[in-house]
Order: sequence, then structure tokens, then C-alpha cells
Amino acid sequence: MRGRMAQDRTNTPRTRTIKTDYLARVEGEGAMLVKIAGGVVEEVKLDIYEPPRFFEAFLRGRGFTEAPDITARICGICPVAYQMSSCAAMEQACGVEVGGQLRALRRLLYCGEWIESHALHVYMLHLPDFLGYESAIELARDNVDAVAKALELKKIGNELMALLGGREIHPINVRVGGWYRVPRKRELRPMREQLERAREIALETVRFTAGLDFPDYEQDYELVALDEPGEYPIDQGRIVSNRGLDIEVSEYDDHFVEEHVAWSNALHSSLRERGSYLCGPLARFALGFDRLSPLAADSAREAGLEAGERNPFRSIVVRSVEMVYAADEAIRLIDEYEEPDAPAVELEPRAGVGYGCTEAPRGILYHRYELDAEGTILDAKIVPPTSQNQRTIEEDLRGVVERSLDVPDEELSILCEQTIRNYDPCISCATHFLTLEVERS
Amino acid sequence: MRKPKLAVWKFASCDGCQLSLLDCEDELLAVAGEVEIAYFLEARRAIGKGPYDLSLVEGSVTTAHDAERIQHVRRVSKKLVTIGACATAGGIQALKNFADVKDFLSVVYASPEYVSTLETSTPISAHVPVDFELHGCPINKRQLLEVLTAFLHGRRPAIPSTSVCTECKRRGTVCVMVAHGTPCLGPVTHAGCGALCPAYDRGCYGCFGPMETPNTVSLTKQLQVLGLDERDTERVYRTFNVEAFENARANGPR
Repeated sequence: MRGRMAQDRTNTPRTRTIKTDYLARVEGEGAMLVKIAGGVVEEVKLDIYEPPRFFEAFLRGRGFTEAPDITARICGICPVAYQMSSCAAMEQACGVEVGGQLRALRRLLYCGEWIESHALHVYMLHLPDFLGYESAIELARDNVDAVAKALELKKIGNELMALLGGREIHPINVRVGGWYRVPRKRELRPMREQLERAREIALETVRFTAGLDFPDYEQDYELVALDEPGEYPIDQGRIVSNRGLDIEVSEYDDHFVEEHVAWSNALHSSLRERGSYLCGPLARFALGFDRLSPLAADSAREAGLEAGERNPFRSIVVRSVEMVYAADEAIRLIDEYEEPDAPAVELEPRAGVGYGCTEAPRGILYHRYELDAEGTILDAKIVPPTSQNQRTIEEDLRGVVERSLDVPDEELSILCEQTIRNYDPCISCATHFLTLEVERS
Repeated sequence: MRKPKLAVWKFASCDGCQLSLLDCEDELLAVAGEVEIAYFLEARRAIGKGPYDLSLVEGSVTTAHDAERIQHVRRVSKKLVTIGACATAGGIQALKNFADVKDFLSVVYASPEYVSTLETSTPISAHVPVDFELHGCPINKRQLLEVLTAFLHGRRPAIPSTSVCTECKRRGTVCVMVAHGTPCLGPVTHAGCGALCPAYDRGCYGCFGPMETPNTVSLTKQLQVLGLDERDTERVYRTFNVEAFENARANGPR
């Protein structure tokens, strides 16, 4: 057995070790280690021991149309992100574009995932840290109203996904080229009322989270997000940063590199030129603020957020603003919906490489596939947002601990966990990778 | 009266099946009122001491450490229910059971010495006795609630083991294979999803694994009549329940 969750305190006056063997309220299995010696933070590690499942290895030899359903199984929390990035990559490889209402429906499905995933994280995984509870279940004993609203919000996100995708976890209706079946206008209409309710709860959530106490911490991050003119980044765009990065998705591998470190079953990503970076809500918000819907932008301003927000603890407010946006955007997409003539674009495979990148709730998710002329996958590469944020999470841990050296161990441990949860890390996503060592029994 | 203790454990998986419990938005607080959610790391930081009256286990065994850990889970659990394709059949990661390991190793990697993994991905039942298996990739949350209710009341869950076809009939969906010539695994796949795919003009792709006594030989012939070549036929059976379908094909009616 790996150790218990208890925080080990093998401390002498000079050295302190803060350790959590099982990180709770994150998706997947990870641990955390901080070593402090003589008042200096000596070591910080986000140890990801979730067993790898080798998706990129067994995607080889599969058909290009299978990628959306197979890669969805990397993550039960953000399957839509995997379906969207893999479809984008395959469609590019085949030389077709999926636009118009077929694309609008994809964006609508994605809004459902953002609402569901953000509601889960804001209320059930992150908020207990701010209010001093072990879980949302304990929180519900004192504040059943907040938890009931959270569940209502989350449910509306799930219902939107189930309506378009057939079900909320691993939707069945997404395919390369579009959809198996597109909804009738009258099927979408009842959803509109639900989304208005979601928007209302999301607005309350922004106000509520804005009033929480935030540790005083900022870092000068390089923020990376998608960029599409006139749109808040969700399903397509160039990859840009606040330090001048501005590339096509197909140039990703020229600028980003993945590295394997001993303490993590997830590869660490960095920018070749400049090192660590941050993707996800803070980055999207900083780079896409001017493209939020007026209501979402107003709610952000009221909450005291500015486009330059750099306090990762305030990501809980940014996620809440993104829920307002996602509900607003979903309503717009439903209002403008016209039934397309066909549920999917016809396409034929061809030999080549395709690239796809979309904004998972946690940040950019990059896929690249090499296909042969029959559409069989020769090579696959998938870089999830949690891999990309790992180095930044560790830097934040170091920074937070350095500012909190006089905090007692138990409290410091909770603060460190909260620091990690700022990123809504998805550890199941991060350990899908390729490398394999065999233990023969 | 003491509330029964529930534990939720994770092995190699995507988190989706345990998320199904949190996705029971209308029932979650009621469930939390009936049972003590003693161990559920995805949702709760505190750990309540075992033994647990009911353990839900998600994920497959892929490491030596996990092979030991499942023994511990069994020891501290009065009843153990596996949830989802990974836990009941090894999941999609069981594709490596059929791959030549050399092929995997020949793939370019960074530092394999950092990673340790077994050669196979195996279901929980290959390691310890299991009291009930709930199928699906992901599981159906209504069925999960039925399983919870049944175990709390000491009865067998009412989960049908028929095929997806019966669900299509009940739903009134026109058969996609007969009417449109769409290849469909419905005739051999375990019911449980509510026959989602055919309702969306798509053939079933086997998320719930093989039904009881599936006639895969007959279906394979029909798939080939509909134009699937051997490669595509292999692909449709080899996904999230690859191990279970391969067993069914090897042992089924000839």
C-alpha cells in the first residue's frame, strides 16, 4: 500500500516535509510533496502516479473515424474536449472544414461540458477549500441552498450534453465530419429556458465566489489560449500568448516540448523558448476578455476581475464568469439555430497529418494524427491541459509555500492542495501517454 | 441506527463511472443522507475508517501496486461491486493484452525506467471475488442507483442481462441494421444504455460489453454481409470491452 493520506510530519526544527499521498477532489490519482529546509523550499513535486493507459500506442492501427470515441475514454470529465480535438485533427487531415450549423452545434455541446465541468469544480471540488469543508456533502449540511443550486447548474450542463450527444459521459452522437443525427429546432427550444436558469445561477455564483477570501499571491505567467476573431475561445483558433506567441495549431510541436520526469506519469510541457506557461480559464479570460458576452463581461467587472487577473486562487471566480458566458453563448446558438441539410460533411481519408486543438474546461487540448491513404492511424500525439500546467502548478506551490513559511503544517498542507486545485487538474487526462516499461511476473 | 458505509475506489480508468454518482444531481443529497460516504477521494478529502459495507470499484488492474491494493480493498469491503467496462472487462487499455509488447516498446519513448506497468490490464474479478458487476462505458446512472438501493436493502439488483435489441424494441426505434443496413452490435451487446445509438441513427458500438450468451458468429456474418471487411470487423469488437468480446467470440456458439 502507498501510505495513508495523513500528512507526514517527520520534522526537525530545520526541515519540514509537507506531504499528501492521496490528493482528494481532483480527477485521478496524484500526490504532493513539499520539502522545506532551513527556511528554504528545497523541493516541490506534484507526483502523478495514476497508472498510464497508453492511448497513443493503441491508437496506432485504428481507423481515423474511431478516434473521437476512443480518445473520449481518456477522460470521463471532459470527453467532449477529446471528441472535438480529435475530430478537428481528422477533418484537417482529410482536407474538409466543418462549418455553419454543424460547427455551431459542436460549440453548443462544448458549452454543456464547460457548464458541467466548471460547476463540478467550483462547487464540489474547489469551494470546500475556501469555506473549510471536507466536501460539498459536509457543506450541504450547513448550506443546502448553495449545494442544491450547484447541482441544478451542473444538471443543466449535463442535460445539454445528453440532448445533443445522447449522454453526458462519452457522448455517442459526435463523429468525424459532424454528427450522426442533428436535433430539430423544437428539440432545442425547451433547453433555452433551462439555460436561462443556468445563467441566473451562474451570475449568483460569480457574486458569491467574488466574496471569498483569496490568498494574496500572483505570478507573472505566460498565458496560452486559443484565439479566434470575434469569439471567446472554445472550439477553434490560433494558439496565442501574452508574450507574443501567435501560431497555427499545426506549428505546435515547433514551439512546445514535452519532457518526462521521474516523479510523474504525466509528461511535463513547456515552451521551447521560455519554459513554463499556463493554460485554462485564467489564460482564456486574460486573452479573450474583450470577446465575452456583455453580460459575462459585466459580471466579471462587478466581481472586481480585470483582464490581467494573475491570482490563480481567483480562478474560481473566472470559472464562474465562464459559466455565465457558456450559458449565454448556448442561448445565442439555440436562438440562431437552423437545421442543417445533412448531419455530417462527406469525407474521404487521405495520407497526411492533421492537427486539432480546442479549449477543454482546463485549457488547450492538442491532438496530432498521421494517417495512411486508407485512414489508418500511423501515429498519434495528445497533449492534455494538465500536462501543460504541471510545471506552473509546481512553481505556484513553491511560491505559495515561500510566502507561508510560518503557517502550521496542517494548514499549509491544505493551502498547498488548494493551490493545486486552482488548476482543476485532470490526472486521468494527463497520464494517457506512450511510454511503457514491462514488469514480467 | 448506524448508516451503511460506502467507499468508491479508483484503478486505471477515466473517472467517468465514479463521476456518474456525482451526476445523480437529483438524488445525490438523498444518497448522502442514507449512507455515510466514507471514502470517495474524487469528492471528499476526509477518509472514514473501514470496513465498508459497500465498495464501488472503478478501473482495471495494470500495475503490481494496484494488484496488491485490490486485495486490500476486498479485505475492507463487505460487498464489492465493480462499475464500468474497465473494472468488469479490463477496459480499452486491455488492448495491450492483444498487442505484441515489442511493438509497444519499439515506439519512441523518453525514459521508460520511470514507469512501471504490468503486461496486461485485467478486470477486478481476475483478482478478487466480486459481488456484482455493473457494465457500461460509462455505466448508466439509473442502474447505479438501482445497484446502491438493492445492496442497501440486501437484495439482488434488477439489472437485465438481455441485448440492446430488446431496448430498441421497447423504445420503438426502427432497427438501423434492417432498415438502413447500418452495422450494429446491438444483437450481442448487454442492455443498459437504453439503446442510445440507434435512436441517434447510429449502430451500437458495444459500450456495455457482451450480453449473456451472445451469438457473435451469426452477427459477424451479418456485419460482413453489410460490407465490413475483416479489419473493420475486428475493430468493432475490439474497443472498451475487448477482453469480454474476445472471450465471447472464442467460447460462443459455433
